[in-house]
Parts: sequence; C-alpha cells; structure tokens
Amino acid sequence: MFELIKLRKRHGRPVISDIFRAAVPPPFRGLPRLEEALCPEGCEACVRACPTGAVGSRPLRLDLGACVFCGDCEAVCPAGAIRFGSDHRLGATRRETLVVDSSMSAAAYAETAIATRREIHRLFGRSLKLRQVSAGGCNGCEMELAACNNVNFDMSRFGVDFVASPRHADGLVLTGPISRNMAPALRDAHLSLAEPKVVIAVGACAISGGLFAESPELDRSFLDDVPIDLFVPGCPSHPLTVIRAICQFIGRGGKRA
Amino acid sequence: MTNGLEFKNLQAVPLAGMPSLSPDDFRNSVISAAGDGRRPVLYFGDREHRGIRLIAVLADDEHSRLQAFSTVFSEGESYDSLTPDIPALHLFEREFFEEYGIEPKGHPWLKPVRRGIAGTGGPGPNYGFFRLNGEDVHEVGVGPIHAGVIEPGHFRFSCLGEDVHHLEIQLGFQHRGLENLFLRHRDRPGVLLRLSESIAGDSVIGHAGAFVGAMESLGGIAVSRRALVSRVIAQELERIGVHLGDLSALAGDVAYLTGSAAFGALRTRIINATLGWCGSRFGRGLLAFGGVRSELTPGLREQIRTIIAECGESARLGADVLFGSSSVLARFEKTGIVYPETALRIGLVGPAARASGIARDVRADHPYGGYVYFPVHKMTLDAGDVFARAFIRSVEIAQSARMICEQLEALPDPGLAVPMSAPSPLAAGTLVVSLAEGWRGEIAHAAVTDTEGRLRRYKIKDPSFHNWFGLAMAVRKNGISDFPVCNKSFNLSYCGFDL
Repeated sequence: MFELIKLRKRHGRPVISDIFRAAVPPPFRGLPRLEEALCPEGCEACVRACPTGAVGSRPLRLDLGACVFCGDCEAVCPAGAIRFGSDHRLGATRRETLVVDSSMSAAAYAETAIATRREIHRLFGRSLKLRQVSAGGCNGCEMELAACNNVNFDMSRFGVDFVASPRHADGLVLTGPISRNMAPALRDAHLSLAEPKVVIAVGACAISGGLFAESPELDRSFLDDVPIDLFVPGCPSHPLTVIRAICQFIGRGGKRA
Repeated sequence: MTNGLEFKNLQAVPLAGMPSLSPDDFRNSVISAAGDGRRPVLYFGDREHRGIRLIAVLADDEHSRLQAFSTVFSEGESYDSLTPDIPALHLFEREFFEEYGIEPKGHPWLKPVRRGIAGTGGPGPNYGFFRLNGEDVHEVGVGPIHAGVIEPGHFRFSCLGEDVHHLEIQLGFQHRGLENLFLRHRDRPGVLLRLSESIAGDSVIGHAGAFVGAMESLGGIAVSRRALVSRVIAQELERIGVHLGDLSALAGDVAYLTGSAAFGALRTRIINATLGWCGSRFGRGLLAFGGVRSELTPGLREQIRTIIAECGESARLGADVLFGSSSVLARFEKTGIVYPETALRIGLVGPAARASGIARDVRADHPYGGYVYFPVHKMTLDAGDVFARAFIRSVEIAQSARMICEQLEALPDPGLAVPMSAPSPLAAGTLVVSLAEGWRGEIAHAAVTDTEGRLRRYKIKDPSFHNWFGLAMAVRKNGISDFPVCNKSFNLSYCGFDL
C-alpha cells in the first residue's frame, strides 16, 4: 500500500496541460528553413543525399510529404541553405502546401497550412472517432499514434479517439505506404465507415510512399479513388504534430482549449 | 567439422572458402551441427551464376562461433526437408521455398509466409487455413486489421469451448519488399542506412546497428571505442524504453491502470532522452557509418544519467507494486507457458527465451561493437509464463540502466571517429553475418557481395521470425480471453517479420 502511494507520488502529473503551447525541444527535426540565396552555384548535394527524393533544386524546395526528417540534406549542405528547426506544426490540408521553399516562413506555415473544416464540428459535435489502418509501415507511426492517448499527450480530452471498429468511426487514419497485401483490407475498412467521413494520412509512407515508394510490393491505387483530407508529415509523426493538426483541422483548441 | 565455413560475428569471410556440398551432405552436416547444440540463425538463398545457393548459418553460443554450410540448386529442384529433424527451421524453409521455388520435400506444413495470403488477391495459391473438425469446435478469426492501433496480421483461433486448441498466425500483410529495396539502392549507402532504420520502427538502433556493423566489416572501416560505447548506450536506451512500454501495456491489458500509467510515463521520459540526444524519439539518424552522428556531450551525459537514475528507481518501485498485486499475478502466473523443451525446439530468442530458462543473449554469446569491452550477464527465469516474460523485462530494465550508467562513466574521451558517408568499396565475393541483441532478441543480418564488391544479397532476420511460433505454442490450452496478455508478453514485430 505504501509502495503504491510512493509510486503515485513519484508519478506526479505528467500530462502536458497546454498542448497548443507545448513545443518539442531541439535537436528535434521539424519544419526546415530553406534559403536558396545561400546555395553555391550548381551544387546539388542535398538533392543527391535525400533518400526519398524530397529535395528539389532550382528552386530549392523540400516536400514535407516525402521527407523522413533524417537531416542528411542539412548534413551535406556546405552553405547551411537547409536548416531543420524544431517546429512540430507540420500538418496541411492540401498536398501542394507540403512542398515548401525559401519563401515559406515558419509562422505563416503553422497559421495557414491547415484549413479548418467547420462542418466537422457541426456534424460530429465535440467528438471525432477514428479508425486507424496500418498498411505496410514500420510501426513507428503506429507507436506515435498510440502515444497520442497516453498519460502525457491525452488526445481524448479533445474528443478525438481511436475506436476498434470502422463502423464506429468518423474518419480513417492511414499509416504505411500501402502494401499490396493490405490494399484490399484498407478498401474494406474505408467502405465500412459511414458517410460523411474523413481520411487522414500520417507519416511520409502514407503520404508519398516514403522510403518504400519504389517498391513493386506496394499498391497505392486506393489513393487514386479516395482523397486525403489531412496530411500529417513525419517519420514518424510526433504526437504533438498529430494532435495539433487534427485539432486545428476540426476547429478545436487554440485559445479555447 | 571441415565441410562448413567457420567464422565469428561480424567477421567478413570470402565466399570462395565455403564448400558447395551436395544436398545430402548439406542436410547431414546441418542436422549433425544442430545435434551438437548449434542453433539455426539464418537460412537463406543467394542467386549466383551457377544457380541458387542455399546458405545455412548455425551458432555455437558456447564458443562464440558461427558456422555456415551451403549447397547449390538449379531452378525447380527440390530437396528433403530438414524441418522434421530441426523444427526451428520450419519457417526458414517455407521462406526459401516462397522466394526461390526450391521445394523442401516432406515439410510438414508448407504454407505461405508473405505471399499468396487468403483474401489479399495476391499471387500464389489462396491458402486455406488449418481446420479443426468436430461438433464443439469453433473458430475465431481476427485481423488483418486489429482492434487497437497496431500493425496488421491474421490470427485464427481453433477453440474448444473457451480454450484455444490451436492458434494459426498468418502474417505478410506488411510486406513491402525490403530486401529487394536493399539491392535496388545498393549504390546509395545513405539510403540503405535509412531503410535499415525502418525495418522495424521499434528496433531502430538494433537493426540499423546490425546494418552499419555489417557494412563497416565489409568496408574495413575502423570505429572508435567511444563511438562503439555510444552505440551501446543508444541500444540500452531503446531496450529500456520498449520494455517500459511493454510493462505499461501488460498492466493495461489486465486493467491495472496505475501500472499502465506509471510505466507509460516512464517510457516517455526515456524515449525523450533519446530525442534530446539525436532528434528522434526512436533513435533515427543517430547511427552513421564509422560512428554516431550526435556527440554525447558532457551536458547530455549528465542529462541521461539523471533520467536513468530517476526512471530506474521509479521502474523498480513500479515493478514492486505491479508484481505485488494479487489481481495482476492471478492473470500473469501460469498463463501462456512455453516450456524450455519447446523453446529450444522452436528456437526462441531474446527475453522470451530467457523467460523460459534458455540462456541466450547475443551480447554475451557473440560479443560485438561496444559489448566486447565489458561482460554482459545472461539473466534467465524458469517459469516460461506471462509472469516470467513480464518480470524479465523489469530485470532487464535494471540491468540496462546499470550498463548505461557504467558506460557513461567509462566513455573514452577522445572525440568520435568522423563518420564516413559511404563505406566503399566493399570487399568483393564476401559474406558477413551481423548479429545484434535487440530488445526483442537476436537480430541477424547477412550481406553477400558480388565480384565487384556490390551487394548481391541482403538478408534480414528479426527475432520475431523465431518467436511468433512461440506465441502460438503459448496460447494452447489457455482461455481465449488470455490471448491479449500472452500476445503483449511477446510483443512481436509484424513489419520485422514481413520485411
């Protein structure tokens, strides 16, 4: 009994009380800052170093949807033209927004990349139930999604929860590059969600195929038929990135949370 | 034994030194080596100009030696299965058949590993599941999509009443063609390093460590002692983090929420310490060819030491509370037993083996990297039940915490070896086997280079490849409602198995 009380006392209150002001400390690699003006003439070191083809030159750009945040481009750049910051606010509602260049400012990205969908609140009230489907990933994003509801991050305080059945869900959270062997099950799960529904892609694999994009063992045709409503970059996506993106998307949080 | 090739963990050996045995000699040699107490570590094909070479690697744990035997087949040939003599090879033989079409005749159950799974519409025969017939028999099918936020796989329980008579586990849903991607990108070692970090996202240091070890061995790259010790610290942080998460999940599965919350919060602190070191909670981007990318500065060392001291004490207290609770013990004890004889026959590895009394630990048996500088004691328990697999985790957390503190103290001073961008050229016509003790058990990678020093075959084995069958054995004769704790007590990887 005393041991239990001691444990409870040591446990303290680990919850992050203000999720929207919480920041991930450096050296976390979050939103990068690009400065093409610094690029040496004809240098393409970053483009060659990128394992997923996320970096492009002329103009210098980085696709957050393909980026695995390994920092290899930053490491090879002789001029410091690509620098990863620790800003975790990476989510976006349009695929094109994820491709950032020298003109992007971190503050503007965090403010504008996600367009709130007001009708979600109108339709589902203060609750958004999600069915997660893991389709060929490495379990990194799944672990971070599971962590979203642990004692530190406690996403369910915003009414956002993962549920066991697609029949109970308002949205599908996709992780992984969609292996051929998971393609039919993914389609079935999506069909089992009642309309209206949203689809959220979490992690570089789900958004672009990530490191596995070139594998013949994938079947990403699901995405030809089903539009993605929210993109959450990362490899894996940090829980704060996920929670922040979803809350902004459904219009929860900010000042009122 | 002269018809095999003998070498050590991480020792690059010329392929020319490996005799090609006749299929019969190969079979007899492997069976006789296994009879001498050597255990199968790898068993894989390598397409070469003469045909398909089958390489079996066995480990002599007592003498820290590995032994490889090989035989060459032409397309479409078959051979007498070794599984009836060495049950631990059952999955390896199925994998080899699936990849190369060389049939092991007399294999007791030659079903798909990753391809041609029922319901996926993939190529190959749509495999029907094992059926138990009888009036009182019923089946419970689960997956591929599971109830929680976890990876996909299909479990089919054949039950008599509440009791599980047999559990068939069909995986392969996560298959993303990893081994072939290693060949596709073989000219870009940087990409391979990132791929190796994504073999299993919970074993980033384990798998990437095995990979850089293999490449450094093939490329003849010397790694400073400081870098090797840093990798040990990273590996032990990974082990503590996952073990804490597992204890949290096990407590949660028996609705013991205090334990679930306490261990969950501790896990967060540990993986955040890894983030503070390298920028990723899972250690991504930390390892580099020839060293580590992030220096353990004096400030970081102090930070990690403090976190380890505090979390170690809390974990000890948490374990006292968790394992002192009669309601927890009632669910853990005598549940999901794997007896030592079974564990040996099916070749269990890692904590699951050690919880069944099998003293197996690559860090001690085949020391590598920084583990050569200090002894690692193998810790075992005898019960083989969920309790033992849970309790061994708390024992290993304490062991790893001690190891980290000692190694932080002993960290040699001179700076890190400058990490190299590419270990090239690699030794030509060479085989290297890289074993590492991930938190889940023995990770084995094998790299084979061609005559120009390029990768011709990269074989990956996650410990889950041995241990999934252990889970199937554990749940037999248990109530189906005990499956979740049995499953969690192993916490096996789907993606590491599916590749």
